[in-house]
Amino acid sequence: MLDVLKKLEEEGYEATIGLEVHVQLNTVSKIFSADANHETEEANTHVSVISLGHPGTLPVLNAQAVEKAVLMGLACGSQISRYNTFDRKSYFYPDLPKGYQTTQDKTPICIGGKIPLFGTNLLQEQVELHHIHLEEDAGKSIHDEEAGTLIDLNRAGTPLIEIVTNPSVAGPDEAAACLQEIRRMVRYLGIGNANMEKGELRCDANISIKKKGDSLLGEKVEIKNMNSFSHVRKAAIFELERQLALKLAGEPVVVETRTFDPATGQTYGMRFKETMNDYRYFPCPDLPPVVLDDQYLAGLQPRANENPRVYRQRLTQKYQLSDYDLGILTEEKETAQYFEALCQQGVEPKSAANWMNGPLRSLLNEEGKNLSEIAIGTQQLAELIKLVEEDKLVYQTAVQQLLPKLPKATKSPLKLAEELNLLVSEDKAELEAIVREVLISLPKETEAFRKGKKKLLGLFIGEVMKKSRGKANPKVVQQELLKALN
Amino acid sequence: MKEYHRLDEIQEDLSLGKITCSQLVDYYLTNIERDKQLNAFVEVYAEEAKQRARELDKKIELKTAGPLVGLIFGLKDLICYKDHEVSGASHILKGFESQFSATAVERLLQQDAILIGRQNCDEFGMGSSNENSAHGPAKNPVDPARVPGGSSGGSAAAVAANMCHVALGTDTGGSVRQPAAFCGIYGLKPTYSRISRWGLLAYASSFDTIGIFSRSVEDNARILEAIAGRDEKDATSSSRQVAQYSNAQPHGTYRIAYFPELFDHNGLQPEIQEAYKNWVRELEKEGHSLVEESFPFAEYILPTYYILTTAEASTNLARYDGAHYGLRSGTSNDLEAMYKNSRTEGFGDEVRRRIMLGTFVLSADYYDAYFTQAQKLRRLIKEATEAILQKVDFIITPTTPTTAFEHKSHASPLAMYMADLFTVQASICGLPAISVPMGNDAKNLPIGMQIMGAAFEEEKLFAFSKIQQNNSR
Repeated sequence: MLDVLKKLEEEGYEATIGLEVHVQLNTVSKIFSADANHETEEANTHVSVISLGHPGTLPVLNAQAVEKAVLMGLACGSQISRYNTFDRKSYFYPDLPKGYQTTQDKTPICIGGKIPLFGTNLLQEQVELHHIHLEEDAGKSIHDEEAGTLIDLNRAGTPLIEIVTNPSVAGPDEAAACLQEIRRMVRYLGIGNANMEKGELRCDANISIKKKGDSLLGEKVEIKNMNSFSHVRKAAIFELERQLALKLAGEPVVVETRTFDPATGQTYGMRFKETMNDYRYFPCPDLPPVVLDDQYLAGLQPRANENPRVYRQRLTQKYQLSDYDLGILTEEKETAQYFEALCQQGVEPKSAANWMNGPLRSLLNEEGKNLSEIAIGTQQLAELIKLVEEDKLVYQTAVQQLLPKLPKATKSPLKLAEELNLLVSEDKAELEAIVREVLISLPKETEAFRKGKKKLLGLFIGEVMKKSRGKANPKVVQQELLKALN
Repeated sequence: MKEYHRLDEIQEDLSLGKITCSQLVDYYLTNIERDKQLNAFVEVYAEEAKQRARELDKKIELKTAGPLVGLIFGLKDLICYKDHEVSGASHILKGFESQFSATAVERLLQQDAILIGRQNCDEFGMGSSNENSAHGPAKNPVDPARVPGGSSGGSAAAVAANMCHVALGTDTGGSVRQPAAFCGIYGLKPTYSRISRWGLLAYASSFDTIGIFSRSVEDNARILEAIAGRDEKDATSSSRQVAQYSNAQPHGTYRIAYFPELFDHNGLQPEIQEAYKNWVRELEKEGHSLVEESFPFAEYILPTYYILTTAEASTNLARYDGAHYGLRSGTSNDLEAMYKNSRTEGFGDEVRRRIMLGTFVLSADYYDAYFTQAQKLRRLIKEATEAILQKVDFIITPTTPTTAFEHKSHASPLAMYMADLFTVQASICGLPAISVPMGNDAKNLPIGMQIMGAAFEEEKLFAFSKIQQNNSR
C-alpha cells in the first residue's frame, strides 16, 4: 500500500477520489457540423459558420458520435439512455463561440457501468461509473505575450465523451489504473486515439479525505486538466498528503480548483476567483431528442465486446498466460489479436508470448513500427517458430538473421533459410571437424576446462556456432564438445 | 404601373409583355424612395435587383424563368442573405456580413424571385412596435404617426406601401401577424418546424418561425409552398410532405371556435370587439358552425410566453459577446470588462431586459419556480388548445387588442407585452395562424383578425382565409 494511504489509515482517515475523464472521439466530422475533426497544424482551418457560432446557424447531431459514445457505454456495462436530450451550459469564454457549451445534463447517454482495473497490488478490481455524457469540446485560447490571447477554433465542436466515476476510486494507483484502462478501452473500441499528450484524453480529479465511517464527503478539491497517468497519480498523492496535513494541523481544506505542476510535483490553487458558477443548464431547443432502440443497441454489442476486459478473460482462460505476458499482450488489441492468430497457427501459447514479447517487440522497437506496420504475417512467424522448435533452425539465427528479413520477404521462412544456407546442418563429420578445430585453436582453455573450469563450455559452444555460421544445433554442439573434451 | 395584389396578375402581365421585371424593380425602387420617411428598409439592394431583373427578363424571353419570376420580395433584417449585412436591428452586429443565405431565401431565389432589400424590425425580434431598432423606428404607412407593429414592422410597412410585393419576416410571438394587422395585409405564422430556421437569427428557438407578409392569401400560399419543407441544416425542421397550398380551395362550411368573453373584454378596443362580433355573426349566417369556447389559461399565456422566450433568448444571444464578430467595446481593459461593455453598448434596453429576465428564470435558485412551471404550462396550454382544435377546424380571435398605436405611446414594457395577447397562443402551441385584414376602425386604421388552425393544416387555413378575402373585397 502507498505510504500516503497508510498514513491516512493510521490517522483514521480515508481518501475519496473521483475522476472526470474527457475523451475526444475520432469521428470524421465534428459533433454538430460537417467540419473536419482531425488534427491540423494551421489554426482556424477546420471551422465553418457553425463552429464559429455565427448568427442564424443551427447544430445537427453527428450520428457517429452517438454510436461511439454508446460503444463505450456498452463496453462499460452501462445502462444506455433510450431518450437523449442535449442541454446548453452557459458561460462566457473566448474559446466558446456560442456562449454556451452543448452537453448532456439531464439525460447522459450512459448511466452507471464500471471500469475494470488491471494491474498488481491494486486495492479494487473495478471503478464504478456515475455516467458518461456526450458534449462538444471548446476551442483553444493561446496566450501569447506579444500578440495577446489568440483563439483557435479547430477544436471547437470536437465530440467528447465525459466519463464520470463515482467518488469511489481507492487511491492514486487505482486512479492511474482507471485512466489507463479507459485509454485501452477507447483504443480497443476504435472510438478515439486517446493520446494524452495531444489532449485527446484529459483527466480532472476530485479529491477529498474524510474520517473513516463519516457518511459525508470531505471538502472537495478539483485538480484540472492532467494529461498523463503519472501526473494523476502524483497529484493525488500530493493532494492527499496536503489535505491530511491541513486536517492534522486543525486547518480547513478550502474547496477550490487546483492545477498540478509536473515540474514540482505539487498542486497549486488557481488564481482566478472561483465563485459558484451557475451554468443555467437548459434543454437545447435546436436539437430534437435522440431515441435509441433495442435493435440499435444490439447491433453495436458485438463491437462493444472488442474490449480489453473480454480479451484478458479469453486469453487467461484459453492460454493460461502469466499476468506479465497477459499485460503486455493485451495492452493493445492488435497485439492480442496477433497473439491469438499465432496460437491458431499451432504455436504453443507460452512460446508465442515469448516470441512476441521478446524478439518481435525488439524488432518493432528497432524499426520504430507497430504490428500493423511491420508486415510480418502470423503465418510467417508461426513457421519460423516451428523451424526453431523442430531444431531445423537455431534460435539465435532465427532471431538475428531471419526475423528481420521477414517483413520484405516474398518467400516462406523455410525457403528463405534454405537460400541463405541457415538451416541446421545434419552433417556430423563437418561438425566434428569444427569442434576439433576450435579445441586446437584454444589449447589453454581446453587445458583449463579439463582441469575443472567447466564454465568455459559456453565459450567453446559460441566458437563452434560462429564457425558453423549459426547452422549447428546448439544441443548437438554441446554433446559433441563434451565428447571431445572428456 | 398598376398596383398588383397577386403574383399571378404580375406574371400574366409579364408573359403578355405588358411589363418587365426591370420595370417592376424600378417601380418598387421608386416607391421605396417615395416612402423613405417610413424607414421600412435598412438597406436597399437597388443595383443587384436591377441586374437580376435584367437577367430574368432574358430568361422570360427564353421561356426559362422559374415559377416565382416577377416576385419582388423584402427580407427582415433578422434573416441571413449571403455576403450581405445582417444586423438583427442591433448595434452589436454592426457591419456583420453573413456568409450564407437562409434556406427560405435560397429557395425563393432559386425560383427566380428578386430580393430588393433588408427591412427594419425590433432588435432581435423583441418588440411589438418596431421602436426597439438600432436603425430607428419604422412607421405605419396608413398613418406615419403610428407604429407599423413589430417586430417585423418594416416588412409589413413595405408590403402595405407597395415597396415590395411580399416579405419574409419572423414570428416568435406574433411578430408577423401583429404588424400585418396594423398595416392591413396578410401575415402568416406557419406551424413550428414547417419552414427551416437555418439563417434566422435565433430569439427563442422553440418558438421562432419564418413568416410571410403578402397582399393576398394566394401569394402567401405560394410563398409557403416554395419555402416550406425539410432542411438537413435544421434538425427541427419537419419532414412532412409540403401540401400544394396554392391549390387550397374552401370546401363547404367549417366548424369554428370563438371566445365570447372577448365581445366585451375591457382590454379590447371597442371597434375590435364590434368587428369580432360582426365576423362571428356573418360566419354563422354563411352556414359555418360556430362553437363557444373560453380562452384557455388566459392569464397564464403571456407569463408562460415571456418566461420561456426570455430563457431561450438569454442563451441564444450569448454569442454576441464582442469576442468573435460584431461590436467590441473599445473601452475595456480585461476580458470581463470587454464582455460587459460590449454587451451593454451593443444591446438596446428591451434586449437587455429580456436577457436579464431569461438569465434570472434559468438561475439555479429560480429555475423550478419559473422555468419548470412555465414548461408545464406550455404543455397544458398546448393540450387545451389542441383539444379545442379536435372539435373544430379553426379558432378565431382578433389579431390584436387595439389597432396601430402612436409612437412612444406604450411607455411600459408590460403595456407593450399586452399587444401580443392573442398571437402568443399559437406560438406557445406551435400552431399555424394567419392574420387577415377585416375593415378599419373609426380612424381608418386597419383591423386584423386571426385564424388559428391545427398543426400542419395550413392548406385549410388558406382555404378559409380566401373566403374572408373575398368577403372583404
